[in-house]
Amino acid sequence: MPNQKVPIVEKIMDANDQVAESNLQRVRQNGVFAINVMASPGAGKTSLILQTIRQLEDGVRIGVIEGDTAPVTIDADKILTTGRPVVQINTGGACHLDAVMVNRGLSELPLDEIDLLIIENVGNLVCPAGFKLGVHANVVIASTPEGDDKPYKYPNIYRGIDVLIINKIDLLPHLKFDMDQFRRGVEMLNPRLLTFPLSCETGEGVDAWTGWLKEQIASNKERVT
Amino acid sequence: MLIFMNWIIIISVHELAVTERILEIALKYARAADAVRVTDVNIVVGRLSGIVDESVQFYWDLLSRDTLCRGSQLHFKRVAAQMQCLDCQHTYLLEDELTPCPQCNSVRLKTLAGEEFYLDSIEIENSAAQ
Repeated sequence: MPNQKVPIVEKIMDANDQVAESNLQRVRQNGVFAINVMASPGAGKTSLILQTIRQLEDGVRIGVIEGDTAPVTIDADKILTTGRPVVQINTGGACHLDAVMVNRGLSELPLDEIDLLIIENVGNLVCPAGFKLGVHANVVIASTPEGDDKPYKYPNIYRGIDVLIINKIDLLPHLKFDMDQFRRGVEMLNPRLLTFPLSCETGEGVDAWTGWLKEQIASNKERVT
Repeated sequence: MLIFMNWIIIISVHELAVTERILEIALKYARAADAVRVTDVNIVVGRLSGIVDESVQFYWDLLSRDTLCRGSQLHFKRVAAQMQCLDCQHTYLLEDELTPCPQCNSVRLKTLAGEEFYLDSIEIENSAAQ
């Protein structure tokens, strides 16, 4: 029997991307500004969320989706103590959140009562890069103890993101972290990327980040009304 | 204040999710072409897409067992990462490491190729050809 070649040329992530697009529509319709926070384990994702909640205490209603690989609620519990609505998504060992998981998470949240939705992705610098979730801004946290070589080793996570946070700058005096080397790597992958160096521990630099968030939330509301 | 604390449990693994998606697309086109069997599946993977490893073939064999794709072979065509310098317009291929422009050392770069990740084609045995 002769073989026949069938041309296809279909993007393999298309299905995920389509769900991501509908997620984005959904948060837009509700006037929610949504961000996807990605980082390696221990970079400070939960700390940043807690700092952000603290600094935006007045007037900004925040909801959180927590992605975790295992059914542990350590992170979600910390958010709960702030009294904010939080949904925990247990990925059952998977290394990333995908658009379908977020879609289900959105259904569990009172979206019309939320101004800012923070999605904490699974701690990982490889997999989350491939899966769009449907947010306004993709944010990566790099922390100084991880080293200045991360953009060179994990280039994909830095491509196509909108904001970079460099956390734990209070530790810089104790580390061999070459900021120029780090930022040079990032520049090659994502020119003129909006970057906030800060410390969730001391609070230094956090106001620049939350200031940016406030602007985005305000202009997002304007687009809806 | 109402506090929400819900659990959503979803079992999936990165490569498994990707493999399921490849199978879905391959079967769609195989059926449309009246395939009796799919023999080969050609996938294009850019070096910068960072998505696929060898476990995909393993998952593929498991997932495709009861389908038209049973026993088919996956072929990965790897596309090198090609960069263009925005200052001197020089184009070059990235090897293992991220490097600035080898001609002028600029870090202002544009990616020309390497981000691809798609199902290019399948090879089938067709009932109409009998």
